[in-house]
Amino acid sequence: MTVVYWLVYGLLGTGALLALVRLGLGPSLLDRVVATDTLLVIIAAGLAVHAGLERDPTVVPVLVVVSLLAFVGSVSVARYIGGMLLSSTGDGQDVGLPESAEERTARSLEVER
Amino acid sequence: MSEVQTAADVVAVVLMLLGAFLCLTAGLGLVRFPDVLTRMHAGTKPQVLGVLLIMVGAAIRLQGWSATWMLLLVAVFQMLTAPVSAHMISRVAYRRRHVRRDRLLVDELRAETRPDRVYRGDEPADAPPEEPGQALAESRREDEAR
Repeated sequence: MTVVYWLVYGLLGTGALLALVRLGLGPSLLDRVVATDTLLVIIAAGLAVHAGLERDPTVVPVLVVVSLLAFVGSVSVARYIGGMLLSSTGDGQDVGLPESAEERTARSLEVER
Repeated sequence: MSEVQTAADVVAVVLMLLGAFLCLTAGLGLVRFPDVLTRMHAGTKPQVLGVLLIMVGAAIRLQGWSATWMLLLVAVFQMLTAPVSAHMISRVAYRRRHVRRDRLLVDELRAETRPDRVYRGDEPADAPPEEPGQALAESRREDEAR
C-alpha cells in the first residue's frame, strides 16, 4: 500500500508541477487559464485520492467546491478577455490587442531559416 | 467477505492509478504542445476521464451513500462544465490569434470573401458599428421590394 501511495501522489504531483511550469511560462493569458484549470482538476483528483486511500469522507464536499471554482474561474476569465476584443477591418478575423506570441515565435523561426 | 473486500480495493487502487497517470499526461502535454488549442486538448484529458476514474475508485473505497452521491455530483458537474469552458476558451483563443494557423488542417472559421462585421455579443462598448454582409443586405432589399 505504501508503494501505491508514493506512485499515485508522485504521478499527481508531477502533473501538477508541469502544469505550474506552463502557468509560469505562459506565453498568453489563455495558456495560463488552461494551466490553472488543469491544476485545479489535479488538486480535486488528489483530494479524491486522499479520501479514497484513507477512507476519509470529510474532504468530499471540498471536491464540489474546487470543481465549481475551476469552471467559474475559467469561464469568467474567458469572458473578460472576450470583452477586450476589437472587431477587425481586414481579413474577417477578430484582432486581439497584442500579436500572439506563438505567431511571433513561428515567424522569427522562419526568418532565421 | 474479506476476499471481496480485497478485490474491490485492488480495483479501486488500479482506477486511481490510471486517473493519476492521466493527470501526469496532462501536465506533459501542457508543457510540450505548441499552442492554446493543443494544450487545452491535453489539459482536459484528466478533466473528464481522469476525474471519472478517480471518483469511481474513491466511491469503491469509501463506505456510505452520502459520499458516493457527492462524488457522482462532482463527476456529472465536470462532464457538464468541461465542454462549456473549453468552448469559451477556444473561441477567445481563435479570435485573439493564439492559434497556430499554419498547423491547422481545416480552418472553417476563416472568412474567404469580404467579411461581414457582425456583433457576436462580446464586443467592447466603443466597437465600430455593425456591417452586415451581402446576404443580409440582399434580404433587406427583398423585404423592401415586397
